[in-house]
Amino acid sequence: MKTPSLYSKEIMKYFKHPKNVGIIKNADGVGRVGNSACGDIMELYIKVDKNKKGKEIISDIKFQTFGCVIALAVSSMLTEIAKSKTLEEAIKISNTDILKKAGPVPAIKIHCSVLAADALHESVYDFLTKNKRTIPENLQKEHERIQSNLKQVEKTHKEFTEFEEKILEK
Amino acid sequence: MRKVYLDYAATTPLDPRVLKAMQPYFSEKFGNTMSLHAMGLEANEALEKSRENVAKFIKANPEEIIFNGSATESINFVLKGIAFANKEKGKHIITSSIEHHAVLEACKWLEKQGFEITYLPVDKDGFINLIQLENSIRDDTILVSIMHANNEIGIIEPIEEIGKICSNHEICFHTDTVQSFGKIPIDVNKMNIDMLSISAHKFYGPKGVGATFIRKGTNIEPLLHGGGHEFGLRSSTENVPGIVGLAKAVELRKLEMKPEAIRLTKLRDKLIEGVLEIEDSHLNGHPKIRLPNNTNFWFSFIEGEALVVEMSSKGVYGSTGSACSSSTLEPSHVLMAIGLKHEEAHGSLRLSLGKYTNQADIDYTIKVLPKVVERLRKISPFKGKWK
Repeated sequence: MKTPSLYSKEIMKYFKHPKNVGIIKNADGVGRVGNSACGDIMELYIKVDKNKKGKEIISDIKFQTFGCVIALAVSSMLTEIAKSKTLEEAIKISNTDILKKAGPVPAIKIHCSVLAADALHESVYDFLTKNKRTIPENLQKEHERIQSNLKQVEKTHKEFTEFEEKILEK
Repeated sequence: MRKVYLDYAATTPLDPRVLKAMQPYFSEKFGNTMSLHAMGLEANEALEKSRENVAKFIKANPEEIIFNGSATESINFVLKGIAFANKEKGKHIITSSIEHHAVLEACKWLEKQGFEITYLPVDKDGFINLIQLENSIRDDTILVSIMHANNEIGIIEPIEEIGKICSNHEICFHTDTVQSFGKIPIDVNKMNIDMLSISAHKFYGPKGVGATFIRKGTNIEPLLHGGGHEFGLRSSTENVPGIVGLAKAVELRKLEMKPEAIRLTKLRDKLIEGVLEIEDSHLNGHPKIRLPNNTNFWFSFIEGEALVVEMSSKGVYGSTGSACSSSTLEPSHVLMAIGLKHEEAHGSLRLSLGKYTNQADIDYTIKVLPKVVERLRKISPFKGKWK
């Protein structure tokens, strides 16, 4: 008999054997994002080099994620999709692209999958800012949204700490 | 692959002897307990014998036992039934912040109907403060509802003392005994309990049947109005096979509860000891004043849903209070109430034992878990910079 599984074969494959786990010490760009819905956190590191045509591409990519099965699996999928892509292509990679690869995801868990594309865009944003490049308008807007989410996650954690202190005072 | 079921707090397998007791009441002795003919009487006899068995187990009278569909139903019946029957007397109810959702959600609904609820906090071990309970009692308090043992962390509240306080103040006391019933002794008189709720599937009985104990003379309104079954407190044709199954399961607990509690306490403590050898692992709830079958941990740097799924792929079946696993995306209110931070509750794992759990199961779990935790930590961005 087949063992029942919560998730698709593809998701379980990446969850069991994630690719590109870790950090890049001298990364060219780092994206740190938080999920305001459930408190997951992801960090993405990219190395940027030029390809034969002289275009800047993501030559290496690594991630670390604190989150559930979906969050871990899509993080890993994203790194495979993004590797060797030009920066222009990378910022166009969306959550939809990742979900196509992931297969069916339960509706309540869709939010767990949005982290990865955000982290990629943030890492490119970080690279462009560090190198004093012009930031595309879309990417700038996205950066502001993601940062406000991250603040919210950090605030949630803080609120809970304060709640705890209040209880202990009583 | 070895299969180790460690989720007995979620549900238990039906004991084959219970199944056997139930079987005649489906197709053979299928009469309606309200029918006046021989087949009706036969069903009614089984019903009343079941009532007696359940009553005896907790030192109650048979007419103080009401059968129903689940513990959730029982709890809703008690909270709403007492509230509506006594609203002229008062509109204040006291409960704790670590109750099961059945209690908390029913209380939230009652708040919308104009009732006032006090949610008592708990300390880091999970216990309410008795002085705080007594101080919370007002002239218009009509009900105190505090659980016996917690469903997540297994800690056992001081029910006897709570019952005494309620009795001194002449306030109705209900306790949710879903997790404790059949695992540790309950005596409704010694413990001053006026009402309690149970569910058969938590102690090797069938799903879809529960019961309420209501002390004689308690002023309560029914939830379901109709043909007047169960002393007019729960109209619905009685689920005779289910009720017979519940009563048979109770009968078996009577014999097995004590030796099993001794055996499981040993296994529980071995499991706790083994798991806590994992670096940055923590036990939730008081280490000793807890159910013989409950363990609950949290592991720094990782998330519980991934932990449960990964353990499942190794054949060990547990559960978690992580936000990622809940429909509301909120982490467990119990773990938050005992002072865990959001990320800490995120990494929780409940392993609950039962009568088919043996030493080899515990050994296997202790062998597998550290590897699983280690693998997930390797993916986590927190390790090393958590604090």
